[in-house]
This record gives sequence, C-alpha cells and structure tokens, in this order.
Amino acid sequence: MKKVEAIIREERLDAVKKALEEKSYFGMTVSEVSGRGKQKGIPLQWRVGEYRVDLLPKLKIELVVLDEDVSTAIDAIVSNARTGETGDGKIFVLPVETVVRVRTGDRNENAI
Amino acid sequence: MSISPADTVWILVSSALVMLMTPGVALFYGGMVRRKNLLSTMMMSFACLGLVGLLWVLYGYSISFGSDHAGIIGGLNFIGLNNVGQEPSPVYATTVPHLAFMIFQAMFAIITVALITGAVVERIKFISLLVFSALWMTLVYSPVAHWVWGGGWLARLGVLDFAGGSVVHINAGVSALAMVLLLGRRRGFPGDAMEPNNIPLVVLGASLLWFGWFGFNAGSALTAGGLAASAFVTTNTAAAAAAFTWMVISWLYRRPTILGTVTGAVAGLATITPAAGFVTPLAAIPIGVAAAVVCYYVMLVIKTKLGFDDSLDVFAVHGVGGILGMLSVGVFASLAVNSAGANSLLTGSGAQLLKQLIGVASVGAYAFGATWILGKLVDVTIGLRVGQTEETVGLDLSQHGERAYGGLLR
Repeated sequence: MKKVEAIIREERLDAVKKALEEKSYFGMTVSEVSGRGKQKGIPLQWRVGEYRVDLLPKLKIELVVLDEDVSTAIDAIVSNARTGETGDGKIFVLPVETVVRVRTGDRNENAI
Repeated sequence: MSISPADTVWILVSSALVMLMTPGVALFYGGMVRRKNLLSTMMMSFACLGLVGLLWVLYGYSISFGSDHAGIIGGLNFIGLNNVGQEPSPVYATTVPHLAFMIFQAMFAIITVALITGAVVERIKFISLLVFSALWMTLVYSPVAHWVWGGGWLARLGVLDFAGGSVVHINAGVSALAMVLLLGRRRGFPGDAMEPNNIPLVVLGASLLWFGWFGFNAGSALTAGGLAASAFVTTNTAAAAAAFTWMVISWLYRRPTILGTVTGAVAGLATITPAAGFVTPLAAIPIGVAAAVVCYYVMLVIKTKLGFDDSLDVFAVHGVGGILGMLSVGVFASLAVNSAGANSLLTGSGAQLLKQLIGVASVGAYAFGATWILGKLVDVTIGLRVGQTEETVGLDLSQHGERAYGGLLR
C-alpha cells in the first residue's frame, strides 16, 4: 500500500477529484496548505509600498492505494492538475504500513 | 440664553456619533496588526472609553474648559461636573445644556488618546499604556484643548481650529511619533512581512470613522443650522477626494488597494477637521487631494527611508493631516462661510496663515516634548515594553489571556 500526497493548485481540485473518482478512487483527505517552490512568491501592497509573500496557498490531497494502483492515480492527478506554469505542485508517494477502518476494524487491503 | 431643542438634539446625536468613532478606531487598527495582537490592539482603543470617559467627568473637563488661568490651563470650578448642569454654559455652546457640551467634548478626549495607540501596538505593556494614557489626557490633551477651545492663549491669538486639527490630530500624531522613538521597533521590523490579519475589519472601522466624523465636524458647529450643513459637506467632500486620490496613487504604483483607499479617506477626514467650518465645500477638494498626496509620501519616507516603526502610521495620517489642515485654514478660510472665522490667503491676507503656523508649531512642540517626558517616566518606573517572549507569542495571550479566534473545534 502506498500513500499518494499531491500538492496542487486550488482551482484544479474539482477536476482532480472527478478524475480520481472515475478511476474509482473515492476516498481522500484534502487540506489547505501553504508552500513555496519555483513559483517563488507574489507581491502584495500595504498602505504604501509592497511586501512579498513567498508561501502561497495550495491544496494537499492525500489518498492511500494498492501498490499496483499508484501509477493510475498519479496519471489521473498529473493530467488534471497540470497547467504548464510554475506552481502546478508536486506529488510524493510514501509506503504505508497499516490501514485500519475505524467503523469495522478491517485492516489493510480490506480497509482501503 | 435659553435652550434650543434642535441644537440640543444635534449635539447629543453628534456626541453619540463621535463615541462610535472609538470602536471604529479599534476595528481600523485591529484589522491591520498580526492576528496574535488583534484583541490587544482593539482593547487599547476600547479601554479609553472606560478610562478617559471617567477621568473627563472627574476633572478633565474642568481643567480643559474651567475658568482660565494665565491662558495655560482651566480651573477647578467644574471639578466632578460641579456647576455643569442642565442649563447652558454662558460661554460654550450657549443654546444647549452644559452637560451636552461636556459629553460632546468627552468623546473628543477619548478618541484622541485612542488614536495614539496605533503607533505603539504589538509591543507596549497594557498597564503602561493605561498609566501613560491617564497622564497624557491630564497633562497634554487637557492643556492643549484649553489653549485652543477653552479660551486659552492660542484662542486669544486667533488661531482657528474648527473641530480638532491641532487639539486632536497634531496632538495625537506628534505624540505618537515621540512614543515610537521611546519604544523602538517591533521585533522583526523592518524585514518581516507583517501582514494585516483582516482587511475587512479595517474597512468596517474606516466606515464607522467616516460616519462618526459627521458628528465630529458638523457637530462642532454646536448649532443645528447652516454652518453644520456646510461642515458636513466639506467633511464628506474632503474624504471623497482623499480616498479617490490615494486609490489612484496606489494604482499608479501597482494596483488600486482598498487598504490604501480607506487610509486616504481617514487622511482626508483628519485634514479637513480644522477647516471644516471655515472653508467652502469646493475648497475641500484641493484639501482632500493634498491630504492624500502628502500623507502618502510622508508615510513612504517614514516607513522605508527613516525606518521608524510608527506601526499604523499615526503621525503620517493624523500628525501630517492635522498640520496640513491647520495650514489650509490660513489658505482657504472665508468669512462668508463663517463670520466667527477669518479671511485667508485666497480671500484676504496671509495674516491668518501666520497664526495657524504658530498654532501648529506650539501644539506640535508641546505635544512632542511633554509626551517624551511622560513616556520616559513610565518607561523608567514600570517599563513601556513587554518582554521578548510576551511579544513573540503576541499581546492577546500575554496581556489579556484571550485569543481572537477560537480553537480547532468550531
């Protein structure tokens, strides 16, 4: 089992969600995050002058899938989150030791 | 004189309007600081309603408006509102109950102290601010109010200040600068992006200020007649001109910001204050435009070139606005608007401008010197600044044991 963590643009969430759902990956956790990368920051204005904000708002999607499903999930995310501009985000894949469904106590493959 | 019900209604309504400006300042300032200092910043203004509201009826009104002593300070004949009753004063606002005039003036004292707090937010110890505020109202606000409005030496000299360009705005703005020098910069200034936590709060606060300012300026006519209407229109016109001008300046720089636009409105309102009842509505346009341009560039220089941490720009908005406004009386005033006023550079001679300069210089110098001494006194006794950890965690927690927004579970 693997955990796929994708940092994406806020405005791509609906498309990514829909694409994952079409591949029958329904469960996910989404959180609002701030981060920085090649996009650097954006200038904001004060009453006079300006200041730079280099942590920009993004969304983080987390989902856990079977090992053989990882590349399908990644493809669905990449093809729908990409705009081609800097700031499209990153995907991290991590090994998962155990999954437990709280309601039933089911474990691992049965709990995904 | 007998009581005019119309005048009385107007002064009482105006008093209520000016009262609302202090919570307006709380919101205006509160939105501009970092989240961890939102409540403490609002508290600094709101506490003035409690502290100054009490001191004013106990003795503040008396030493400001009591019988004159050498043109410097009022007497103790109104102490504890002694001799201040339902009958009009023979001297001030002679068509409304003396109590109405007294409470109208109370609201000015309260907001003037609240205005200063914008310079010291995010690092001053709350108890020290209270002690300083009590001292300042007693030894700076009250004498200056007496000089200009209580029959003191500046009044006798013929200095004109319709609603508080010197008493309120120069007084607060210059004192703010003195406190900035004593207190030093916030940790991380300049360099750290100190982002306003909630600009909608700033807009709400500025809106309440604009609304309340009609009581401040048009109420200062002290009657419900044509002069009040004239001051009402100059007030709105200057605010409009300054808001629009600041918006354009920020647009030329990059984009039209609402933080800049509302700041412009407040600068325009502060600037028209001393002139509101002496100039024509059309003269309010150049006054408003000048307010935005001059306050903008002074703010830029103070913040970026000089590196003073006048955190919420009290000097640049109120100090500079007050000075400009006082001088604008000497340029635009007309006896046709107000027979108790004067003619000026454009309507007669430069004599009034010279008087206005004396008013600006004397109030500015006194406010700076006296505030520096009072601030220093508080600093060496109880200390002005919070400790490093208290500043880092924020004044909401360290000074008040509260936080603006609730925890994880909403």
